[in-house]
Amino acid sequence: MKQFLTRYFPLLLLAIAWEVVARLELVSTTALPPLSDVISAGIAMVKDGELISNGASSLYRAGAGLTLAILIGGTIGIAMAWWKPVNVLVAPLVEIFYPLPKSALIPVTVIWLGFGDGSKILLIFLGCMLPVTIGAFNGARSSEQVLVWSARSMGASRLRMLWDVVVPSAMPELLNGIRTALALSFILLVSSELIVAQKGFGHLIGSLGANGSYDAMYAVVLTVAFLGFAADRLYLLITKRTLAWRD
Amino acid sequence: MARLVPATPGAVPVGLPERTARFAYRLLWGFAHIFSILALAAAWEILARSGTFTPFQLPALSAVLERIWSDATYGDLWINTGLTLYRALVAFAICAVLGVLIGMAMSRNVIANWFFDPIVSVGFPMPKIAFLPVVILWLGVYDVSKITIIVIDAIFPVIAATVIAIQGVERELIWSARNMGANNRELLYQIILPAASPQIMTGLQVALPLSLIVAVVAEMLMGGYGLGGAMITASRFANSTSVFAGILEIAVVGYVLVKVMSLIRRRVLIWHQEAHAPSTA
Repeated sequence: MKQFLTRYFPLLLLAIAWEVVARLELVSTTALPPLSDVISAGIAMVKDGELISNGASSLYRAGAGLTLAILIGGTIGIAMAWWKPVNVLVAPLVEIFYPLPKSALIPVTVIWLGFGDGSKILLIFLGCMLPVTIGAFNGARSSEQVLVWSARSMGASRLRMLWDVVVPSAMPELLNGIRTALALSFILLVSSELIVAQKGFGHLIGSLGANGSYDAMYAVVLTVAFLGFAADRLYLLITKRTLAWRD
Repeated sequence: MARLVPATPGAVPVGLPERTARFAYRLLWGFAHIFSILALAAAWEILARSGTFTPFQLPALSAVLERIWSDATYGDLWINTGLTLYRALVAFAICAVLGVLIGMAMSRNVIANWFFDPIVSVGFPMPKIAFLPVVILWLGVYDVSKITIIVIDAIFPVIAATVIAIQGVERELIWSARNMGANNRELLYQIILPAASPQIMTGLQVALPLSLIVAVVAEMLMGGYGLGGAMITASRFANSTSVFAGILEIAVVGYVLVKVMSLIRRRVLIWHQEAHAPSTA
């Protein structure tokens, strides 16, 4: 605990500086409401349920999109490493779509699926799939030939080999790709909700900003930022467990 | 099992047939490389013309290409692409310089490390795009705020990569340099930075596409000129041909930027062993 406090002390300093600067009105309070006002606005929003209901729909979108991306993207990546024809067909597509700034797809997903959940889930799925695919592909491709050969000489069937040798050795890079995708899913979620949505964190930020209730807007921004950070830390914790068998 | 087949054809008798065989092989390989892209384009065109979707949902590829052509001849394309590139690249340059400087400071100076380490470790995984409305509130809707939000988003990978890269420099290199009488400055510029440069480059290669993503989002939210702004205007007017044209234009810009970056990497790191390793892309 003490170590934690000393490590994160600079953040506390920043928070205090924020409060002081705002209270002394060194900058206009619309641009920077005091931190204490922001926190109390946040608590009020939790109490009346606004933050929770919008948050739930945001997290549902991110979760659904990310799950689809992991399942389909991971499968495609491992298939690319395992069957050469799949690689020949899919690799060029991956290569041209990977550098596409995924935020460019926001208007198209809206054209296809409207303003609701569907368009955000599709966007997050499309945006997060390729990092997962590339992670799975690189991981599976680098599975040690010795392991593959010995599994084969011990009479493992192709499917068993895939499941027992290739998938586990793809795991570390796959999990790394998923971490990239996790961060990306938050970025895409918030930006698509900021631009077009009827609920969700991004929509809440936008409408509060438009109403001029900046302390509440700051509260939502900080909540989203914290959730992204917490999701990443939680993910690291889980993957450390999962990869405990390595070294 | 296809993966056990050696990648290079084995020794074949020298002669014309072998050369033609090799030529045919390369032709086939090149065709396989663009086959799926062509197939996708054809599927798009056929699907759009078949009437399964309305032209609003899926305009034909030919119509989209025509729109790009007319954008190009009217000059809009160049203005929008130029503005988006200007914003993304200026911000990227700021990220590169500032990020490497902060990273260097963090690995050499205790106070800098004490101050920046928690900020980086908390800030890196945050969806910083959520701060976009705050940045607009402070700086307005012009280039300054767009460039600022891009810097806020894309600087973290550069800082993190620099810190990790400098930490990972082999101790033996540093010891030998010290032993041969290098002072701190020489050590930094002649040993540590070159040895760390591959990983710093990797950080920059993460930051570049990120700056383009954020540039597009910022333009979409603030409107005006730029590829993202043009797309959002088009979608407000239900002009889906222009929306699809925008996607293709942004895709080309992204592709070219990523390719140029990896070319630069090969050039800058020509001395490094990775330049001689087979490409993994």
